[in-house]
Amino acid sequence: MNLTLKIWRQKNASDKGKMVDYKVTDISEHMSFLEMMDVLNEQLINKGEEPVAFDHDCREGICGMCSMYINGEAHGPDRGVTTCQLHMRMFNDRDTIYIEPFRAAAFPVIKDLVVDRSSFERIQQAGGFISVNTSGNTQDANSIPIAKDAADEAMDAATCIGCGACVATCKNSSAMLFVGAKVSQYALLPQGQVEAADRVLNMVKQMDEEGFGNCTNTGACEIECPKGISLENIARMNREYMKASMKG
Amino acid sequence: MALDSKIPKGPLKDKWTTYKNKIDLVNPANKRLIDVIVVGTGLAGGSASATLAELGYNVKAFCYQDSPRRAHSIAAQGGINAAKNYQGDGDSFYRLFYDTVKGGDYRSREANVYRLAEVSANIIDQCVAQGVPFARDYGGLLDNRSFGGVLVSRTFYAKGQTGQQLLLGAYSAMNRQIARGKIEMFNRHEMLDVVIVDGKARGIIARNLITGEIERHSAHAVVIASGGYGNVYFLSTNAMGSNATAAWKIHKKGAYFANPCYTQIHPTCIPRSGDYQSKLTLMSESLRNDGRIWVPKNMDDVKAIREGRKKPTDLSEDERDYYLERRYPAFGNLVPRDVASRAAKERCDAGYGVNATGEAVYLDFKSAIERYGKEQCKLHGIKNPSKEKITEEGEKIVEAKYGNLFQMYEKIVDENPYKTPMMIYPATHYTMGGVWVDYNLMTTVDGLYCIGEANFSDHGANRLGASALMQGLADGYFVLPYTIGDYLSDDIRTGKISTETKEFDEAEKAVKERLDFFINNKGEHSVDYYHKKLGKIMWEKCGMSRNEKGLKEAMKEIKELREDFWKNVTVPGDLNEMNPELEKAGRVADFLELGELFAKDALDRNESCGGHFREESVELDGLQKGEAKRNDKDYAYVAAWEYKGEPADAVLHKEELEFNDIELKQRSYK
Amino acid sequence: MSGLLKSSIGRKYAMALSAFFLMFFLLQHFVINVTSIFPDNGEVFNQLSYFMGTNPLVQYVLQPVLLFGVIFHFVMGFILELKNKKARKVTYAKNNGGANSTWMSRNMIYSGIAILAFMVFHFNDFWVPEIVDKFIEGNSQEGKDYLHHVQEMFQNPIRVAVYVIAFVFLALHLLHGFNSAFQSVGANNKYTKGLKLFSQIYAIGVPVGFIIIALVHFFNH
Repeated sequence: MNLTLKIWRQKNASDKGKMVDYKVTDISEHMSFLEMMDVLNEQLINKGEEPVAFDHDCREGICGMCSMYINGEAHGPDRGVTTCQLHMRMFNDRDTIYIEPFRAAAFPVIKDLVVDRSSFERIQQAGGFISVNTSGNTQDANSIPIAKDAADEAMDAATCIGCGACVATCKNSSAMLFVGAKVSQYALLPQGQVEAADRVLNMVKQMDEEGFGNCTNTGACEIECPKGISLENIARMNREYMKASMKG
Repeated sequence: MALDSKIPKGPLKDKWTTYKNKIDLVNPANKRLIDVIVVGTGLAGGSASATLAELGYNVKAFCYQDSPRRAHSIAAQGGINAAKNYQGDGDSFYRLFYDTVKGGDYRSREANVYRLAEVSANIIDQCVAQGVPFARDYGGLLDNRSFGGVLVSRTFYAKGQTGQQLLLGAYSAMNRQIARGKIEMFNRHEMLDVVIVDGKARGIIARNLITGEIERHSAHAVVIASGGYGNVYFLSTNAMGSNATAAWKIHKKGAYFANPCYTQIHPTCIPRSGDYQSKLTLMSESLRNDGRIWVPKNMDDVKAIREGRKKPTDLSEDERDYYLERRYPAFGNLVPRDVASRAAKERCDAGYGVNATGEAVYLDFKSAIERYGKEQCKLHGIKNPSKEKITEEGEKIVEAKYGNLFQMYEKIVDENPYKTPMMIYPATHYTMGGVWVDYNLMTTVDGLYCIGEANFSDHGANRLGASALMQGLADGYFVLPYTIGDYLSDDIRTGKISTETKEFDEAEKAVKERLDFFINNKGEHSVDYYHKKLGKIMWEKCGMSRNEKGLKEAMKEIKELREDFWKNVTVPGDLNEMNPELEKAGRVADFLELGELFAKDALDRNESCGGHFREESVELDGLQKGEAKRNDKDYAYVAAWEYKGEPADAVLHKEELEFNDIELKQRSYK
Repeated sequence: MSGLLKSSIGRKYAMALSAFFLMFFLLQHFVINVTSIFPDNGEVFNQLSYFMGTNPLVQYVLQPVLLFGVIFHFVMGFILELKNKKARKVTYAKNNGGANSTWMSRNMIYSGIAILAFMVFHFNDFWVPEIVDKFIEGNSQEGKDYLHHVQEMFQNPIRVAVYVIAFVFLALHLLHGFNSAFQSVGANNKYTKGLKLFSQIYAIGVPVGFIIIALVHFFNH
């Protein structure tokens, strides 16, 4: 395949940045999208130009590091995959592909396609945990039975990889799916109950302070989420939040 | 320096308890005066950071990713072992200990492994308390699955994402401490050297990967938890950024490097599809429970399949060679990882590989689908079911068991594994070797610790499935936090370590000079060019089977490649900015040294054990003819290498392994 | 509680609750309007209109609450839109929103503005004359023929066209908004499918009903 790539280039956070056109040739349809980017970068290095910076690590869809907005969609046109799992067979010969960073005021660009998602970190630090110290004699793991349904639902919420596709794809740059998933995981488990009210209040407060937008229930996040995290998690967070607000 | 493993005296089962009761402790008020640096935030580093901070130490944690949550522990699929005996099937600390030592082909330290088995149960308690959503049965209690090579069901799991859930558990514990200010987190930072003052590790030099700034960080102790070195092969199931730099730098500053040749090549990975391939994807070992591995019997069929004239499904049973079942009738497709991998290589080397690269074998679910289908039809009372009905019912069962793996395979390869057999090939997965540590997990440098996959300790020459997560968390949650206190108890009056000393000056200068070199060299080849070449040498000559000639060639070729690298490598961009190529250059430079030591170690170990197979050391006759032959008389030792300027000049120190509680036996799967 | 409107989820609840209130009002308005096409020469319609126009509870309590609800919903809608715009300063060169969300959900602000414009027009047609008649000129409302005024207004084809278009926008707004309000207040459970169907029936049924009423009046003359 021969392709035209329109890629966002931005030297650093203070640079204005612009879209730049590149051509790549002889791309195999079996390549992953990032391998296609590797080909481009090798080409740029051999020409003495600076390669395109992009985040990536595990390349098997679990670390949540890769983060491109491809042809107008987070992680590209395929469903249930991250960019590293997207394969070139989703594209056609002579296509023009737009490649942009995840965009949100709370995800400032660091360089080219690399963005700063530390806002997610701060939200987690605000309450995304259960306060239990490590010790050799925590109570036995089987001392609290948990209904299989609740455990499975908590697991579904917990599969979030924190990639930020939900924010990137949301027309409002809202982080509700990310926060909702974490709040839900703990809200569904008995271990999470003690701190439930404080957790949801603190995490939502931090989310708002980071400058994410407001959820208007377009549902785009659920569709683009590589792990298929459900909107139910947002609804659950809304309930938990109201419950906690009434208490306080 | 003679190696002292510092294994406590006394009976095996009491060693850890007695030891813990006797070591020195640091009182809570004094812990506030002590800083600890942790490099790496996977299961080992993350759990260690959180626990040390909970205890009251000031922790500085470093990771090269943009969040601790992205460490590659996250990719572990299958599960975590723990001797809980919830199933009542006779599991015990001793059994887990025994299985691990045996699985490691009797090349690990008994005392360490027993301690690992002892604390394994605490890990599950701790993780559940943190809210890790382990799978449960309908009674609400924890569920277990069984894993290869053991007779009990002791593996805890969270769907196919156990590593992710455990890491997020450790990450949440870290977040709690970051919020309290007890952990200072340095994301997108890479450690480039360790600083040693008066023989003690007192800090690191790190590069801020966003600004390019070189930073000095001091502490009373340094913990390396930076994972394994599988990426020395270029292609592996490791993350792209996984590297050996931290481990290699401390090796060059005095920490011995042990058993580098022990590498696990996992048999069920998706094969390489072309030269552009950047990484390999693992398919869980569990697939071998139901999949049958084969290649065509006749070379004509191999050619026809490669040229697309025939499909694998066209071949009759007679035309297929189920080589594992043929060679190992007792264990069949369920032989251990190393045996399965070597057998696949043997067939492909003989020319029977079934894809364009000649490096793939089939993993076929047809029999399983048929078997399950018939069973289901019987259960549902369907009389004389049609072939289609059987297939339909069978596929449902296979989907329930392996659905997510099949989907992953289809996304990558674009073939439907329900209809046509999967193609698989072995790939580098885990490195059992690593930095030598004593019972306290301290390296040969005072105050310098190494935990998790980065150290050499508990898996011997071969790791069992679901044991890596166990070891990482055991080290971080339950072992290091005790043992480090014993060392730090001497440091309560030391006060803050200054970074304005000549040791820091020198280390920083060396780091900067090296980075300057890369940027200014303006050679003609990219870093990846060299990494791929190194990978090819490693895979061909230090891969699944090794021999003296190949290893000697490998040492020579790697040295030449390294020399060429330092002449002709090119790194674009600048020092003072985000520069992924510069990061890679440093890592590959270290792999180019480690690779040579790897080959040297493999050359020294003229026996076949676990993941290390020497063609010179095989059974010559009898039932086991052609199988790996361990040599306990000459090689029952840990090979710990001391750096002496060049990898080839490394000096070997042997830690003899003593087996008092286990009888050494040859593994047999015939 | 006072801080609730400062949080994103609090605002979300407020939007949903005001929407529920407005949709309840709309249904009530619709039911009364239906009576305007009863073949009874406006007997029921005039009775109901008289009640609504003169009952003190409706006039002095419900009407201000309604006005507040309308204004709140609009103002909050605009505030949220501005905040959301601010949450992404640099926009995408290429954005394929249609791949993951409905046109309605992405353009609530535009359907909302269309509805707002329509309301100005609509108030001018009915509410303003009513207020003038009642409070400024102080005429007695006894025996007033409300239907006649309605029929007069719907003789103008341009007005009818504006009403029809406005109701199309209202349908678009409700198609996303109604169901979305359930999600906002946290109702996402086993009843979601049913609620969605109900909200879609409402979102299409009520505006189409209004359109039919307008057309009936237009063609009856």
